[in-house]
Amino acid sequence: MLHRLLSGDLPRSHALTVALVVVLVSLAFAPFLFPGSQSLNVAAKICVFIVLAASYDLLLGYTGIVSFAHTMFYGIGGYGVAVAMHGIGATWGAMGVGVALALLLSLILAVVIGLFSLRVRAIFFAMITLAVASAFAVLASQLRDITGGEDGRSYSVPAMLRPSFRLIEDQVLGVSITGRILTYYLVFFASLGLFLLALRIVNSPFGRVLQAIRENEFRAEALGYRVVVYRTVASVLSATMATLAGVLMALWLRYTGPDTTLSFAIMIDILLMVVIGGMGTLYGAVLGAAIFILAQNYLQVVMGKLSAATDGIPLLPQLLHPDRWLLWLGILFVLSVYFFPTGIVGRLRAQRR
Amino acid sequence: MTETKHADWAPLILIAALALGALPFVGSLSTWVTLTVAGLAMGMMIFVMSSGLTLVFGLMDVINFGHGVFISIGAYVALLVLVPLAAWGTADSLGLNLGVIGLAAVVAMVATGALGYFFERVVIRPVYGQHLKQILITTGGLIVAEQLIHALWGANPIPVRLPETLRGSFVIGDAAVERFRVFAILLGLAVFAGMHLGLNRTRIGLLIRAGVENTEMVEALGYDIRKIFVGVFVAGSALAGLGGVLWALYRQILVASMGMEMMVLIFIAIIIGGLGSVGGCFAGSILLALLANYSGFLVPKLALVSNIVLMLAILSWRPQGLYPVARR
Amino acid sequence: MTAPLLSLSGVHTHVGRYHILHGVDLVVPESGVTMLLGRNGAGKTSTLRTIMGLWRASSGRVTLAGENVTQRPTPQIARSGLAYVPENMGIFADLTVRENLVLAAREGEIDAERLKWVFGLFPALEKFWALAAGALSGGQKQMLAIARAIIEPRKLYLVDEPTKGLAPAIVANMISAFRELKASGATILLVEQNFAAAKALGDTVAVMDDGRVVHAGPMAELAENAELQHRLLGLSLDRHQ
Repeated sequence: MLHRLLSGDLPRSHALTVALVVVLVSLAFAPFLFPGSQSLNVAAKICVFIVLAASYDLLLGYTGIVSFAHTMFYGIGGYGVAVAMHGIGATWGAMGVGVALALLLSLILAVVIGLFSLRVRAIFFAMITLAVASAFAVLASQLRDITGGEDGRSYSVPAMLRPSFRLIEDQVLGVSITGRILTYYLVFFASLGLFLLALRIVNSPFGRVLQAIRENEFRAEALGYRVVVYRTVASVLSATMATLAGVLMALWLRYTGPDTTLSFAIMIDILLMVVIGGMGTLYGAVLGAAIFILAQNYLQVVMGKLSAATDGIPLLPQLLHPDRWLLWLGILFVLSVYFFPTGIVGRLRAQRR
Repeated sequence: MTETKHADWAPLILIAALALGALPFVGSLSTWVTLTVAGLAMGMMIFVMSSGLTLVFGLMDVINFGHGVFISIGAYVALLVLVPLAAWGTADSLGLNLGVIGLAAVVAMVATGALGYFFERVVIRPVYGQHLKQILITTGGLIVAEQLIHALWGANPIPVRLPETLRGSFVIGDAAVERFRVFAILLGLAVFAGMHLGLNRTRIGLLIRAGVENTEMVEALGYDIRKIFVGVFVAGSALAGLGGVLWALYRQILVASMGMEMMVLIFIAIIIGGLGSVGGCFAGSILLALLANYSGFLVPKLALVSNIVLMLAILSWRPQGLYPVARR
Repeated sequence: MTAPLLSLSGVHTHVGRYHILHGVDLVVPESGVTMLLGRNGAGKTSTLRTIMGLWRASSGRVTLAGENVTQRPTPQIARSGLAYVPENMGIFADLTVRENLVLAAREGEIDAERLKWVFGLFPALEKFWALAAGALSGGQKQMLAIARAIIEPRKLYLVDEPTKGLAPAIVANMISAFRELKASGATILLVEQNFAAAKALGDTVAVMDDGRVVHAGPMAELAENAELQHRLLGLSLDRHQ
């Protein structure tokens, strides 16, 4: 049963299994284990970013191509919900329309980008996705009437998902079951489902062909696989999942704006999660996202203290300033690409052998 | 002995057609002159920043996403000259004004050239021939460098004052042409001419052109392509630094992310030009900037995506770019 | 017999995960033409690439004029006196004929006498002197590739299938050019599929199969022995008669 659920792709390391179970249990019972809105917010973000990182790994780790447009697709999902909820109203129907249109737009964009850039040389893909994504970000901030511009859009969600909603009068384990908690579980189960789906994709015959292409493009082509088609389909699947991740985040935040969806900083975050967790192993996306989001929320506090403690020493306080935490992650990123290209998961698995 | 080569005029005709074709839509000749000069100036700056990158790719198949670092660093290092010598900039003397810019440019180029040497050794060399890692590592380098700029110079934008004699405009007929733009065009042309001569009239240039086509054969003829590559990398980084100084003076404001922001335009320019081709990069930069200026005036909303539309159109016409480089 | 100019002993080469050369032993004596024959995929091109250092031998030894050059980088190997004409000719298509030849002149100047001699061998090159090499015909490109290798005297010329895909008249031109080069006392290691050309030029021969040299000896001996040819090269018994 478990074997089938995981598509036969088991963690293959005791330490990794323990880590994954800890993440799964923590997320599954987050509202009860870590009460409080900030903790729940962190847990929901981890869920969404696991999907986002896993879908990115589908491209980076399994197909071997670098995209800088992942946040664009994520943003399309977010804006799909935002525009529909804002324009039509806080109903499930509106959400359905928004999600459908967002998926359609992502699909078209992914196909067009794929055909234009992968047809010539895979190296184009990174550059062209960067260009398209940045144009999209500018467009989203300029088309104020539709997107709300730099301010973004706040909106209401269907009544069931609002904080004021109560599923039952009594508290469960000391926690009232509000619409927020329902939303959290919607996010959690949708993320879990999408993650298992990604696992299924990479372990399917299609996923094996992708890895064959990654290993040796020319040989795969010689064996009769249309490399461009496979890469484009991978890019479309990855884009679709990113769009759905954007939808989930939009439902959770009840706000969509450029900074929460389209910014280049988020693109970097995703890259860091996938590389540090371990490229080409979806479990790496789980650990990478969990560790990264936790670090983002709690490391800065530690850095603030260190910065204050080193006050008076030249430059060190500036380098340890909480705003500079990306500096240290960047260094970690570069070092992990050099020295641990298989990331945390690769390390854990190697230890077992 | 004259050298006849198969000249390809189509891209140049395209540029001329774009410029002339825009005239009736713009309507007024003076506005058109202003827009065209602005577009040319912008194109020259993009060219100065991107030419090194395209050669680096052509020579060693190395794609450097961290190229933007050199642009930002160049601009910030120029502050080390522009701030203490601010008096030279505010003086109403063309000589002193150009002197301070020249000095700032030289210091910036030395700094970014040296940084380029370091970058090639430490960051790029271990990942030769591995595109995926190159993109990841150089992007990582970009993040770190941007953060270091924040740490060293602070996170707030820094205003830059354009030297006195380069402020304001020339008035030609009804058309107002900003002086700095003319300056940028002249400088860009000089860089292009210099590169063109260097590539076509010197032995090193010959080796570079041969290397862009077939690295292995250049080695088999007995030349150390790595040394040539390091030289090109350093020169390209220095040019990016120079471009950064120009760009900072043009914008009159410095932010650490300016290099990254330019990378989008730079990538489009070198893709539509044909990766590895300096002439293509020049044509691509000009085309890109002219179109952005005309469409920004005529249909401002369209200008946001004009780059992408141009890129798709060019790649549909010539999938390898305007001037495809012959490759083994 | 004098010491060989070039010798390979037990050379293994891996490219990526593929093991291509399985212990090549090869001797090229000074002056004269050594033919390297064998079926497609026997490892001839890989052997030349390994000699040039374009692929690194994973074990074994390449010795040139008594010096071990196995682990040297390609430019150094070239500078120790090797000229190389690869299978795809390695012409710089965007450069003119002149520029292609100037590159091969290491000091930057082409010797006028030598150039005259090369023009004598390949008159087409003089005619298209200022044309981009990419605009030349296939045969002219091959002439340029060989001219580039011989524009300065070298200790050893490595030439990979110079007659491949060329018209008979041009093949004849090639053969006479190599004859003349040989007459000047040069040492040439020539990969060839065209057995007639090999017979016409070769002094000694080495035959490869499956990444090894399986036969070595005088060319005349192989040329006379139809049975040996059949066994080594799979040539049908009537083709060469």
